[in-house]
Amino acid sequence: MASADKTARRKRRSEKAVFWLLRLMSLAVVGVLFWILGFIVVKGIEVIDWQFLTGMPKEGMTEGGIFPAIVGTLCLVAGSVVIAFPIGVMSGIYISEYAPDNWLVKFIRVMTNNLSGVPSIVFGLFGMALFVNTLGFGDSIIAGSCTLALLVLPVVIRTTEEALRAIDHSYRVGSLALGATKLQTIRKVLLPMAFPNIVTGLILSVGRISGETAPILFTAVAYFLPKLPTSIFDQVMALPYHLYVIATSGTDLEAARPMAYGTALVLILIVLFINLLAGGLRRYFGNKVKTN
Amino acid sequence: METSSISAKDVNFYYGDFQALRNVSLEMERNTVTALIGPSGCGKSTFLRLLNRMNDLIPGARLEGKVTVDGEDIYGKNVQVVELRKKVGMVFQKPNPFPKSIFENVAYGLRVNGVRDRETIRSRVEESLRGAALWEEVKDKLKRSAFELSGGQQQRLCIARALAVQPSILLMDEPASALDPVSTSKVEDLIYELKKNYTIVIVTHNMQQAARVSDRTAFFYLGKLVEYDRTEKIFTHPSEEATQNYVTGRFG
Ligand SMILES: Nc1ncnc2c1ncn2[C@@H]1O[C@H](COP(=O)(O)OP(=O)(O)OP(=O)(O)O)[C@@H](O)[C@H]1O
Ligand SMILES: [Mg+2]
Repeated sequence: MASADKTARRKRRSEKAVFWLLRLMSLAVVGVLFWILGFIVVKGIEVIDWQFLTGMPKEGMTEGGIFPAIVGTLCLVAGSVVIAFPIGVMSGIYISEYAPDNWLVKFIRVMTNNLSGVPSIVFGLFGMALFVNTLGFGDSIIAGSCTLALLVLPVVIRTTEEALRAIDHSYRVGSLALGATKLQTIRKVLLPMAFPNIVTGLILSVGRISGETAPILFTAVAYFLPKLPTSIFDQVMALPYHLYVIATSGTDLEAARPMAYGTALVLILIVLFINLLAGGLRRYFGNKVKTN
Repeated sequence: METSSISAKDVNFYYGDFQALRNVSLEMERNTVTALIGPSGCGKSTFLRLLNRMNDLIPGARLEGKVTVDGEDIYGKNVQVVELRKKVGMVFQKPNPFPKSIFENVAYGLRVNGVRDRETIRSRVEESLRGAALWEEVKDKLKRSAFELSGGQQQRLCIARALAVQPSILLMDEPASALDPVSTSKVEDLIYELKKNYTIVIVTHNMQQAARVSDRTAFFYLGKLVEYDRTEKIFTHPSEEATQNYVTGRFG
């Protein structure tokens, strides 16, 4: 009896130790994260004002604002969504609902997954070869958006496919048994159910690409371009690249430092906003689907 | 409302190499309830799904023989499967309402079949919910999600959903097996009512249920139709010993 008691106590103690270890680790990770964030917020908040957000860069980018870079990033991201969303969703639908279950489709699925592991600079190079040169788009919003879209595409395809596969077979059967066609079943039952997941996946990956520099480096961005784009064939400035430029290769790095922190903070805020949007939309659609 | 007769002649059915039905022939008259009974895996669901061609969805499935509804070969070349499924409705073992409102669940079959007129849809939805003995319980919350209903209500919603497209035949695969006794007896009463307007084929493991609701009973065993007769006869003086053993529960 006494020894059983002892074992139990020892077990409880070691469980407690592990629990505390895990807790400490996660606290450490969160701590570092907040430290970085806090650092950027404190440094960046000093330069952020209306003029910084809406003005053009001046004095070798040590003064003025980052408005063209904000607009450029938003254009590139919006463009990539417009391209990647329909193509990705349709491919996902095809793979999940129509494609036969043979080696070719399995191969495509594996390759799609591998694609998301390819370094983004490789996409940048490919984008330059295909969109900038071969298709003759030049360094432009359209070429950059297409390249970013390639980066997002595997994620959209996979989330669509997984969201559809997760739907219980009984919904498909239930719809078909009422005389619905396969297409109607997909449009009216499956897609509305999968939509919250698809949109979340898309927005999260958009959040990630909005901070990417490599894919747009050779395809879309300008070093310094103090005016707004007027067409999709114009070059633009973009936040991540602008940050890189003023942190490493400006005329006066020291003077530009505060601008760099300000730019970083704006970029973080945009990504944060996008992620919150994903959560919000997911909840919104989640509720809507159940009752519409 | 027009009801339909069903006939299966010399039906063999295969899932790949596995033969699930062996030489089954069965005639079902209009406005009758036919119960399909037999031990698990004997092919009841397989037979049921033949009648609205839901087996078409299973890769490698193959049919020999002839199945007709109102004398028309439903596996014939010119048959529109979508049209067939409108005529032959189906209710599943597990209630499977769509994640939509109660109203939209019932309206779904109408919408996919091209009914646009709002008044027609509204009145057909009400009619179907009444037909499924659910109207009084849901008339004040048609816009609420179907998931808020109890399991028994969901199953009656699925019946209403099937009725809305005005089928003449209703196939039910263990429609009450996931329900509590009260909901079960509601569904059974409902089947009894529906018999007036529909030809019904129901799979059940519950002998009392088969005896209560059906006019004729078919006993399947290992893919074969062992005996098919008036329900009363099957349960009192079956001709086959296997049937006798099964209905009296002396059977694995
Ligand atoms: N999709 C399928 N693929 C391969 N074999 C199948 C498939 N569906 C059913 N079978 C096989 O066919 C036989 C008949 O199955 P069926 O579902 O018709 O039985 P059942 O009488 O409805 O049984 P239960 O009472 O358990 O529902 C079983 O041996 C089963 O394993
Ligand atoms: Mg079954």
